[in-house]
Amino acid sequence: MIKIQKKNFSLSEVNKKLLKKNSGAIVTFIGIVRGEKKTKKIQSIYIECYLKMAEKELKKVEMIANKKWKLNNCIIIHRYGKIRPEEKIVYVATSAEHRKNAFKACEFIIDYLKTKAPFWKIEKINSKEIYVQSKKKDEKKIKKWGSII
Amino acid sequence: MKILYFAWIKKSLQISEETINPPKNIKNVKSLIQWMSLKSKKHKEVFLKIKSIRIAINHEVVDINKKIKKNDEIAFFPPFTGG
Repeated sequence: MIKIQKKNFSLSEVNKKLLKKNSGAIVTFIGIVRGEKKTKKIQSIYIECYLKMAEKELKKVEMIANKKWKLNNCIIIHRYGKIRPEEKIVYVATSAEHRKNAFKACEFIIDYLKTKAPFWKIEKINSKEIYVQSKKKDEKKIKKWGSII
Repeated sequence: MKILYFAWIKKSLQISEETINPPKNIKNVKSLIQWMSLKSKKHKEVFLKIKSIRIAINHEVVDINKKIKKNDEIAFFPPFTGG
């Protein structure tokens, strides 16, 4: 299941959807807005999104992960619009028969989202809005997955 | 042909999209950028930073040599920073 939405969501509600009879492991990753950046207070962030392309990319990464790691369930939720500190930005959950596959798949999905999904963050600090720069380490991480993509 | 702009590119151009009708000799992204750079000073300034701009045609990331078609949706944006 993939979702791209403005609204915040309840963790307990989405976690419930992961339980399946043959699942022995559930791994979740939750990305949240930091309250500070180098001691400067972050007032809020704004996430811009290319919606049609983002839907395609999230479906693509879900399909790759399901196939590669034989997942029982996979949930990806990415928010856009204005998001306040300590609120959730992204939620990735994978369930599988064994933990190794669930961990690997979850790590792959978040690495993929960082570099392949069309979202852009703007941080509001001291009433100034600044576009967040992409990180080279994220590019290196996705290259490690090589032929999977 | 529909052109979309995101993030700092949208902010610099002060538009999020435009519909264009390039001449027939504009056959790939590279020549489209050269042609679009002549549209305005803002377009020229943005496309001078082409090394920090990524391109997608119909939601697929492509390189600058990719051929373009009349009804394509072409998006220009910086590297992604979601997740």
